[in-house]
Amino acid sequence: MAEKSGADILVECLLDLGVEVVFGYPGGAVLPIYDALFNHPTIKHVLVRHEQGATHMAEGYARSTGKPGVVLVTSGPGATNAVTGITDALMDSIPMVVITGQVPTQLIGTDAFQEADTVGITRHCTKHNYLVKDPAKLAGVIHEAFHIATTGRPGPVVIDIPKNVQIATAPYKRPEPVAHASYHPQTKADAAGIDAAVEMLAAAERPVFYTGGGVINSGPEASALLRELAAMTGAPVTSTLMGLGAYPATGPQWLGMLGMHGTYEANFAMNKADLIVCVGARFDDRVTGRLDAFSPGSRKVHIDIDRSSINKIIDVDVAIVADVGSALSDMVALWKARGHEAADLSAWWTQIDGWRAKKSLDYAENATEIMPQRAIADLYKACNATGKDIIITTEVGQHQMWAAQHFGFDAPNKWLTSGGLGTMGYGFPAAIGAQMGNPDSLVICVAGDASIQMNIQEMGTASQYRLPVKIFILNNEYMGMVRQWQELTYQSRYSNSYSDSLPDFVKLAEAYGWTGIRIDGPDDLESGIRAMIDTPGPVIVDCRVAKLSNCFPMIPSGAAHTEMLLDPSQVKGSMTDEAKALV
Amino acid sequence: MHIQEELSQRHVLSLTVSNEAGILARIAGLFTARGYNIDSLTVADITPDHGVSRITIVTSGPPKVIDQIMAQLDRLVPVHKVTDLTESGPFVERELALVKVAGVGEDRIEALRLADVFRAKVVDTTIESFIFEITGTTDKVDNFVGLMRQIGLVEVGRTGVVGLIRGKDAI
Ligand SMILES: Cc1ncc(C[n+]2csc(CCOP(=O)(O)OP(=O)(O)O)c2C)c(N)n1
Ligand SMILES: [Mg+2]
Repeated sequence: MAEKSGADILVECLLDLGVEVVFGYPGGAVLPIYDALFNHPTIKHVLVRHEQGATHMAEGYARSTGKPGVVLVTSGPGATNAVTGITDALMDSIPMVVITGQVPTQLIGTDAFQEADTVGITRHCTKHNYLVKDPAKLAGVIHEAFHIATTGRPGPVVIDIPKNVQIATAPYKRPEPVAHASYHPQTKADAAGIDAAVEMLAAAERPVFYTGGGVINSGPEASALLRELAAMTGAPVTSTLMGLGAYPATGPQWLGMLGMHGTYEANFAMNKADLIVCVGARFDDRVTGRLDAFSPGSRKVHIDIDRSSINKIIDVDVAIVADVGSALSDMVALWKARGHEAADLSAWWTQIDGWRAKKSLDYAENATEIMPQRAIADLYKACNATGKDIIITTEVGQHQMWAAQHFGFDAPNKWLTSGGLGTMGYGFPAAIGAQMGNPDSLVICVAGDASIQMNIQEMGTASQYRLPVKIFILNNEYMGMVRQWQELTYQSRYSNSYSDSLPDFVKLAEAYGWTGIRIDGPDDLESGIRAMIDTPGPVIVDCRVAKLSNCFPMIPSGAAHTEMLLDPSQVKGSMTDEAKALV
Repeated sequence: MHIQEELSQRHVLSLTVSNEAGILARIAGLFTARGYNIDSLTVADITPDHGVSRITIVTSGPPKVIDQIMAQLDRLVPVHKVTDLTESGPFVERELALVKVAGVGEDRIEALRLADVFRAKVVDTTIESFIFEITGTTDKVDNFVGLMRQIGLVEVGRTGVVGLIRGKDAI
């Protein structure tokens, strides 16, 4: 059999696996792979400006297309720069394969130039990782890595390939489908769990669907099934930050997001429910608030593909270990087979309407300053009017929460945000990745003035590949979320949360060959957003918003769902040590 | 403000894993990363092709934490099977220790007498010392070592616990 070099085997495998885009950055330890990719006819390589950018681009690509994101970086600093994005992908269950170069096998362990213990460093921030020391094993490992990254609970997988393994040759044949000795994620639910869940749903008086990123990960069919099951049962639906879009924001049973910055109705419904059906979410601390006060009167069903998520934080009555889509389809089928009808939930809906009447997302408008909430609401309106497919990414902070609250998502895979790790610097590269995977979509990164500077160097990448991404900065000249916590907890001592020495974002845009737009006040808001949407090519918008706005509603750390702060008048300005010690 | 701790219980976990590079670091690292305890950990390959190892871990924690440990271990790609021996019915657990004791005269005789009671074997001897080999449960080994300390304990090497469920079936 003809032999191929390790680098050629890698490229061959990527082709066999249908990889179309690789986000990467070259260096000494990956030169053989870069040579194999030189002018490659089908695999497109996107040259980033920093390896962290590559990882978030891969995440954005993956989250918006459902395909795994692929990253290629060199050894040492290339690999260590990728660690944040790898961890982000682990926390948010994003399928990603990261190929790292390594020093040649005979130099491993000698503190060679640009040597880092990549498998050691990434062991606990990957779903799995490999160091491949034999080119004959490379093909099997690469196929296995993609299998592991994309099945079960998706996640990042690192393949560390020493330089001599990229050059050495071995016989190559396309590997057989992966039959793994120990990795067999359970995707089909046990019948008993489905049965119990369906009967509990049929009997519940105050049910709530609490959905999360698992519905998105399970694919668009899972979202369709969620909508079907929700319609059949008549139960209200809330979602975590990661699950937005699985159930439409315009749907009649939508309660809005729950949790720390969730709506009054979503959090109160969780608190007063008699049944919670958790679908692909994980009872994160941002969602539950104080644990001993979390939904005290409900029975709980938890559907999750990862058994370790079940009973980790909250004990549940029915555990369903399965792929969300598969479990929902079983539930829909059984509901129909049993001839169940939607129960009369009118009393429950009346109660919910009472909470809705609080209008917890309302805010005081301001004639002279742009309220950040208004900016998002207007952005939403303008995007809707385009009739285009819209993808929104965010950075991390108040703007992220305002985007989650005031932009409505009606479809999955259109909302990309860093939930678990909360990584500032995620949103802009994620937008580039999403635009690569969705060339015809309007991709907008809602950013903060501080976060955008974390990976702003990727403006060059967008220019190079002519990607018409838009960055919409809610510029409050603060690390607003930090400042908000200081206002709530530390009597407004704003220690190091002022964004001093901000660049002139319009000039920066021009420096990179982008279009820059400044929106100074309410009168320019609509036209500025219009101009951003209508301008071809990449655009940065510096939208000057009210500087000291806070994001409400808010459940302070350690408080219960029923102890929400709805507006600034409820802020006390200090907290107990117990509350201060919480995240 | 003070930090509270929860009551914990001892559990013996038995894992079969693919015998691949880094597996021990993966398991041990999981325990440190998530703040779980390891009282002892043993590992050796157990199949003719050296493809599979058994790892026995003695850990402690409240029931909810033990359940999480099991689930987290099970989630690692190279882990084949995780069993909580403490929960899965009667099981046998053993540990081996080498115990070096120095002494002369009456101490020497007493050491031998105690070794006999504990069914410990002498595996090395000089005029002034013995090395005893003892197998048993952790408690038994602890007791023996405790007694030897009073006589003239020099040093101890212990393997940590291995265990299997009783009866004809594999886990
Ligand atoms: C990499 C990283 N460092 C620090 C933080 C902590 N952090 C959370 S939000 C925030 C401020 C974000 O400021 P900005 O981007 O201006 O957004 P705003 O809250 O003002 O909308 C900081 C520093 C983080 N989430 N990520
Ligand atoms: Mg800001």
